[in-house]
Amino acid sequence: MDFRFSEEEERFRQEVFEFIKKELPPHWTGTGLLQEAKDGEEWEFSRRMLRKVGARGWHALSWPREYGGQDSVARQFILSEEMYYHELPGVDLQGALMCAPVLIQYGSEEQKREHLPKIAQGEVVWCQAFSEPGAGSDLAAISTRAVEKEDCFILDGQKVWSTTAHRADWTFLLARTDPEAPKHRGISFFLLDLKTPGVTVRPLPNIVGTYCEIFFDSVRVPKGNLVGKKNDGWSVSAAVLGYERSGIHRIAAARRNLDRLLEFARETKRNGVPLFQDPIVRQRLTQLFIDGEAARLLACRIVWLQGTGQSVVHEASMSRVFGAEFQQRVAQTGMQLLGYYGQLEPDCKWAPLAGFFLRQYLYALAATVGAGTSEIQRNIIATRGLGLPRG
Amino acid sequence: MDLGLSEPQEMLRKMARDFLSTECPKQLVREMEEDEKGYSPELWQKMAELGWQGLPFPEEYGGGEGTFLDLAVLLEEMGRACLPGPFFSTVVLGGLTILDVGSQEQKQEFLSQIASGERIMTLALTESSASYDATGIAVEATANKGQYVINGTKLFVPDAHIADWMICVARTRKEEMPEEGITLFLVKSGKQGMVCNLLPSLARDKQCEVVFDNFRAPKENILGETDQGWTEVSRVLQRAAVAKSIEVVGGAQQVLEMTVNYAKERVQFDRPIGSFQAIQHHCANMAVDVDTARLLAYQAAWKLSEGLPCALEVAMAKAWASEACRRVASLGHQVHGAIGFTLDHDMQLYSRRAKAAEVAFGDADFHREKLARELEL
Repeated sequence: MDFRFSEEEERFRQEVFEFIKKELPPHWTGTGLLQEAKDGEEWEFSRRMLRKVGARGWHALSWPREYGGQDSVARQFILSEEMYYHELPGVDLQGALMCAPVLIQYGSEEQKREHLPKIAQGEVVWCQAFSEPGAGSDLAAISTRAVEKEDCFILDGQKVWSTTAHRADWTFLLARTDPEAPKHRGISFFLLDLKTPGVTVRPLPNIVGTYCEIFFDSVRVPKGNLVGKKNDGWSVSAAVLGYERSGIHRIAAARRNLDRLLEFARETKRNGVPLFQDPIVRQRLTQLFIDGEAARLLACRIVWLQGTGQSVVHEASMSRVFGAEFQQRVAQTGMQLLGYYGQLEPDCKWAPLAGFFLRQYLYALAATVGAGTSEIQRNIIATRGLGLPRG
Repeated sequence: MDLGLSEPQEMLRKMARDFLSTECPKQLVREMEEDEKGYSPELWQKMAELGWQGLPFPEEYGGGEGTFLDLAVLLEEMGRACLPGPFFSTVVLGGLTILDVGSQEQKQEFLSQIASGERIMTLALTESSASYDATGIAVEATANKGQYVINGTKLFVPDAHIADWMICVARTRKEEMPEEGITLFLVKSGKQGMVCNLLPSLARDKQCEVVFDNFRAPKENILGETDQGWTEVSRVLQRAAVAKSIEVVGGAQQVLEMTVNYAKERVQFDRPIGSFQAIQHHCANMAVDVDTARLLAYQAAWKLSEGLPCALEVAMAKAWASEACRRVASLGHQVHGAIGFTLDHDMQLYSRRAKAAEVAFGDADFHREKLARELEL
């Protein structure tokens, strides 16, 4: 047993840290998640960072060597951990870590040649178009149709919750190509340039930013954009789970929030006494510290499993469900310690930490919903992990 | 990063599991709860023949040269089997303490006897304050003509009723700092001036009251440095907290497996209850608790084993294992329904032990407060 990363990996962490120190603007108030860019300015900054990370070859850390990668899940983990902890955007979850693995596993030579270099360089921003109004947790119930014609597929339908679609260049999507087949077997996986005629993206504001809806109205999708075999999209889409499945980004960001909260509790006096001396506060914050360590170890386990070629089944769901709930507990405790002040918006002069915890609280609410709800994750742990019968 | 066991450790685990499933059936566990001694001398000897009691000691004392991590593997299996008896007291609390601070002669005598299964030991530390702070040490040892006279009462001393020797933590000098002036004594049981009474407890785990009344110990029986014993006690407490965390994880893993199997077999509303999401989510929560508790406990065990600084990791491991493993046992009961509470069922063996382990060597509140002191900066 050895719970440490190797010396070489730790040197890489240092390299990432130097990069962050150089690039992080002094008064940056954004987060590490590209999708959370509050405005155009933050978004432009994020795109610049994507290119800089790309210039160092870091988008491809977990890719196989033959595709210009380093075949290192551990390095990808370290990059994500440091970038999200320090809240510097630049890790490309949707392109480099979801779309690229699919292309590497199932893409044609032409698709790989066309898209992988641009993802590796951080030139093209991808977004996911999976969910629909009638297909959320039950994703295989999608009804967006792709009808095969002689030279293309004609795409009609609607996607929803596609974060960043209004800023992204390309999307990867699932559409039904055989309505007669059982629902998992009539689905195909496509790539689509969002500038294609017939595509309309509409922002859908949420409590902390915006989602997007994407409408397809007789969109001509070239046949070369089908990934894998027709009607095999359900299996193909499993590869978006790809190369770095630890979910460390979420955990690292929450640990950063906790460290900020610990600092706040040490520095803030209430009735003349530092908040951290209140026994209830001490117990709550230290419990969160333990939660954070447990979350990190669940994530490390994925790196170890993947790095040693062992299969990851329900372990990723454990990391995911625990990490998301940890994120929520940190945000909730932050709001609780701030009391009345917690509800003040960032631009209010009385807002503590410039409204940081209010935003974190709102982000965190969705943590147990996006990318597979906690309930679905627990179903996966129970059925695939523990072998309980499906209901 | 390597979160797996080595090949020899995997073999040790398998061997221990096989051995305990034959030699330590639940019938024995139940019998030993009622038995006054609380352990089977035959089984104790068989364990010694396998080299278990001597596992973490050097070869020169008849030991197996194992690491603390190797010992952890064994402790996890013992927790899984609810092994009754004084292994923890003898090896973790007794032997390893002597290995730390014992003189050459003490190590030679005690460790070889422990390794051969001939000597049972324990640690008499806690008193009526039932805490793990130095302020709780009130038992006094007064120097008198080349001897020490020990007076006072120790409480919650595991296996003292069968221990051949125990390590008694006593105050030899009153100092301003409670950590100062504490000395460890090797005391032989059954001598005049010592009375031992079994405490009837939840897990029937043979905790004792030990009353010292003008008990005389020769000064050669001081273990480690006079007046400086608390440093070693702190080390022992760290090690015991991790060892207890590992042991209770073993029990929790067994509870999880029992519960999942029951959920697959038990039919209600014409289907196995394990197909209901309410039950599935209970089981998923149990699995997450077991895995996180194991990861945190092994991280601390590995650090201890490597001699790395580990105050944070130890506190996190025990705080989490205390609560997580108790939650696992409670959910195990919930899924089992009424049958799990009956004495014929194994479930209650585990839930009583999990509850007892929760407080042993510091509960979650205690370790969170330790962590808070470390984090204050």
